[in-house]
Amino acid sequence: MSAAISQLAKYNAKVARSRATSEPAWVRWGLITVALLFLTLFLFVPLAAVFTEALRKGFETYIAALIEPDALSAIKLTLIAAAISLPLNLVFGVAAAWAIAKFDFKGKSVLITLIDLPFAVSPVIAGLIYVLIFGLQGWFGEWLIDHDLKVIFAIPGIVLATIFVTFPFIARELIPLMQAQGKEEEEAGLVLGASGWQILWHITLPNIKWGLLYGVILTNARAMGEFGAVSVVSGHIRGLTNTMPLHVEILYNEYNYAAAFAVASLLAFLALITLALKSYIEWQSNRVAISSNTAE
Amino acid sequence: MAKKHKPHNVLPGFNLSLGYTLLYLSLIVLIPLSAAFLKTTELSFAEFWHTVTTPRVIASYKLTFGASLFAAIINAIFGLLTAWVLTRYTFPGKKLVDALVDLPFALPTAVAGIALTAVYSANGWIGSLLEPYGLKVAFTPLGVVVALTFIGLPFVVRTVQPVLEDLEAETEEAAASLGANRWQTFRRVILPALWPALLTGFALAFARAVGEYGSVIFIAGNMPMVSEITPLIIITKLEQYDYTGATAVAVVMLILSFLLLFAINGLQWWSSHRHSASR
Repeated sequence: MSAAISQLAKYNAKVARSRATSEPAWVRWGLITVALLFLTLFLFVPLAAVFTEALRKGFETYIAALIEPDALSAIKLTLIAAAISLPLNLVFGVAAAWAIAKFDFKGKSVLITLIDLPFAVSPVIAGLIYVLIFGLQGWFGEWLIDHDLKVIFAIPGIVLATIFVTFPFIARELIPLMQAQGKEEEEAGLVLGASGWQILWHITLPNIKWGLLYGVILTNARAMGEFGAVSVVSGHIRGLTNTMPLHVEILYNEYNYAAAFAVASLLAFLALITLALKSYIEWQSNRVAISSNTAE
Repeated sequence: MAKKHKPHNVLPGFNLSLGYTLLYLSLIVLIPLSAAFLKTTELSFAEFWHTVTTPRVIASYKLTFGASLFAAIINAIFGLLTAWVLTRYTFPGKKLVDALVDLPFALPTAVAGIALTAVYSANGWIGSLLEPYGLKVAFTPLGVVVALTFIGLPFVVRTVQPVLEDLEAETEEAAASLGANRWQTFRRVILPALWPALLTGFALAFARAVGEYGSVIFIAGNMPMVSEITPLIIITKLEQYDYTGATAVAVVMLILSFLLLFAINGLQWWSSHRHSASR
């Protein structure tokens, strides 16, 4: 009997608690509806539009737009730009996070702000600054012509612009992660006789692998999708210096909408894969965090 | 005393990692950016001032900063609502919605631009619904706001969400037991705790919107004095080989962006200190 009463009291307390710190059902569903409506208008409908517009003229036109030579060369250039800029920013991200998270030095917060700078710079300006240095009238313009080298309106410029806009992503992910992990494990490795590179390879990198992968995925998505910065330095030479986003723009401006959206749908598909991988990594790193918490 | 300030650090690689960081940072970011500032020294101050204050350029500042501000306000309100709904309530498909909020980070801006234009133009899915009411979105300043809202959408959600998750139920229960109704609890207890994160998300969305180019140029219509954003002015000047003019406008934008960046860093410092102080 008393057990039943205490159970009832518990139940009543639970009801009172949920009523006091939650909202009535009509408010809840009202808020959910408004939020979903907002996301539908700004996110879901445009995303759906990419794929419907791409397939509007049928599947054959869709495939034809993807395998024509200019599209293929744009895809190739996009992959090249990402493949070069990604490892460079990866090495930088690990080096910067190592210096910032494992050591104390003057001006550290200034350094962190400087690493963030490319986020604050308009992509158009990111392209412009390389034109000022490597362009015809730029600092190295004459020297480059004398040596028959081309940076602007060529692949090196596209790679440089891509590196600039994706510069902070990996470092930004790793710095807080490595700061939170501290340096005890690395010091233990040192005591046991490991060299610096062994510590990095066998202790630090396994510890930061999810954060690193997260940064790599974000970098890759931005590298393949960058438009403004690349547009300034590319020169839009069809089949030579066109990346996928620039190819989309050219097709669109020629009113070739089906083809433009076909190439765009590839990029949108890439974005969806990015989001899926991102969710997976968040789930994995949460699991690691929870299991290491319960282990302690 | 000197000993006290020099903590013992036995880990190797400090000189190498910091040296490489500074070298790479200088080569990729600092030296190229300083090129922009050096280029403007070719102009006298009067010439510089004249270039960056012509009516067409002023109109572009107004549009860029006005539309960015408007979009950031929309994102602050609906981003807070979205973060609230995603942390507090359950509904079918919630996980999928949560993952899709990051779409603007992952979707290339040019794709976003043509997709929004297709949807919001007069014969598009949403544009055709608004047309009978005389509301034109694509190829007007309103279209710029729509594109910038899309671009900045994840920022407020992602800054507010973790703070909402960490908020302890006890404080809300205490407020309720002291007789506060739900709206009072929200306004007096929850909102003050969210304020720094909300402001940070707002500032990030605003800063991102100010520099945005790819998604805007498709939907804006790009009419001088009406729907021409400042980054487009820079591109136009570049295409006319007016490098000094382009750089002058770029320098104005750079200075404003750096001020914004410092404000954001200050906000983040404030919110992290409030966050740790409340623990």
